[in-house]
Amino acid sequence: MNTYLMRASGRVVGKSALLLLAVVVLLTLAPLSPPDHVVLAERLQAPGATHWLGTDPLGRDLLSRLLAGARITLGLALSAVALAGLVGTLVGLLAGYAGGIWDALLMRLVDMQLALPTLLLALLVIAVLGPGVGNLVCVLALTGWTRYARIVRGQALMLRDREFILSAHAIGAGAWRIMLRHLLPNLLAPVLVIATLELARLIVVESALSYLGLGVQPPTASWGRMLAEGQVYLASAWWVVTFPGLAIVLSVLCINLAGDRLRHRFDPRP
Amino acid sequence: MRLIKTLAGACLAVFGAVTIVFCVTRLLGDPAALLLPLGASDAQLQALRQQLGLDQPLWLQYGHFLRQALNGDFGTSFMQGRPALALVLERLPATLALAGSSLTLGVLLGGAMGVYLAVRPGRVSRWLVQPLLLACQATPAFWLGIMATLLFSVSLGWLPTGGYGGVRHLVLPALTLAAFIGASVARLLANSLQQAANDDHVRTARAMGLMPTQVFIWHVLRNSLMPVLTLVGIIAGELLGGSIVVETVFAWPGSGRLLVQAIANKDFPVIQAAVLVVAVLFVSVNTLVDLLYGWLDPRLSQGGKR
Repeated sequence: MNTYLMRASGRVVGKSALLLLAVVVLLTLAPLSPPDHVVLAERLQAPGATHWLGTDPLGRDLLSRLLAGARITLGLALSAVALAGLVGTLVGLLAGYAGGIWDALLMRLVDMQLALPTLLLALLVIAVLGPGVGNLVCVLALTGWTRYARIVRGQALMLRDREFILSAHAIGAGAWRIMLRHLLPNLLAPVLVIATLELARLIVVESALSYLGLGVQPPTASWGRMLAEGQVYLASAWWVVTFPGLAIVLSVLCINLAGDRLRHRFDPRP
Repeated sequence: MRLIKTLAGACLAVFGAVTIVFCVTRLLGDPAALLLPLGASDAQLQALRQQLGLDQPLWLQYGHFLRQALNGDFGTSFMQGRPALALVLERLPATLALAGSSLTLGVLLGGAMGVYLAVRPGRVSRWLVQPLLLACQATPAFWLGIMATLLFSVSLGWLPTGGYGGVRHLVLPALTLAAFIGASVARLLANSLQQAANDDHVRTARAMGLMPTQVFIWHVLRNSLMPVLTLVGIIAGELLGGSIVVETVFAWPGSGRLLVQAIANKDFPVIQAAVLVVAVLFVSVNTLVDLLYGWLDPRLSQGGKR
């Protein structure tokens, strides 16, 4: 296939990924029936006219819970990405631009954290702090900030001897002003790319934690929790585990595709 | 020289992991409350605080903790009344069997797919293999595991839904973990194969009249393996963490499942021991990959900068 066609089809894939993402976001904002409404008489109903995606073991409407879960899962992942991005970028800027003792200290901290697999670290911290929405955001952010810090540090090291930074320094700009007004704008593209890929990763981590019962607590709906609740009824009700999983896969797929597009857009390498 | 450096780095990393466990358990929570079973009395708490030396300055506590960790003494499990480290080590073979078989399967399948993508870039690749790989990469292992059980155990009844036993019990969990590994390996390998195929030395080899298969194996494939090795190293490390969830899905009695149960029971001696054992394994895998790197790419071990 020639390159023009490949680019064109790539564009189509990227557009459809964005479109699907938009659908997910819109559905997330859609008004819905109460997702925690228990009707035991209607438990484990197959998908049909009244309940489009069926009902769960407590007779709650699966579609409503799926949408409510989307708000929780995506909301948690988005806040964690924002928190990790903020902390990681600041740390990276400080290490890369200020250098010296800051660089040595902060990067040792990053190295130290890399001695543990991310999910293990998350489990350890949750074991101490206990589950809960606030804790969950912190834990998710904790597993991700090092990625931003390392990339931003590398970029800041590359940029700090460039002329525009030197001239800003020469006309008397302070370190913070240089970092925030001159370095940061030039770093936003790679940070955005990491943030997209991290969003997909954190959705999976959040679902895994909730699946293990260490994330969002019942009765709040989250995709991982719904999977765990449905697994017991695997033999009799396939829909309870199928749809939340599909929701995870579709959103991760869309975000990954959008992230790939962003990377190609910002990364000059082929 | 490189060997010493790498080993020193590994020791530092293990030290870092111990420090993290110390910081998380001492600074974020009250270890006396964590180490006693739920419902302990105030007097018991005070007694344990003194016994653990929690009234002493933090750096003394840290030294004490390091010494205990070196001796492999993490205390006794509340739930089972046995030394925590022994419990974790007992479950380790099951985890290693799962991680090893899924890594092997994933690398073999992914390698084959990657070579196929690079050698036959046609419609099948573009519309079947690539979307399949993307989907595999986006599917969380635990959901894939549940769906695989639904299909192969519940509907078809070919394989057991979970538990521990012969190879039949290993098939589903290993394949579940292998799907993600295979997809990542295949995509990266295909990418680096395509890049290596345009290198000058490959053109030279072709111009010299070598057979296309020979060129592919000795000049393209060999040079594309380095990034794949890095990825496999990262995956092998993360696998130790990632298998925690899959072990839970399939009730596979590995150390990951032990850890999840320990967290649910607040069995802190076991949690500490399990985290540190996995951390030591993680660091060992990374060190091994590092050493392998120097062996595969002599430029690295001769001290020159890359």
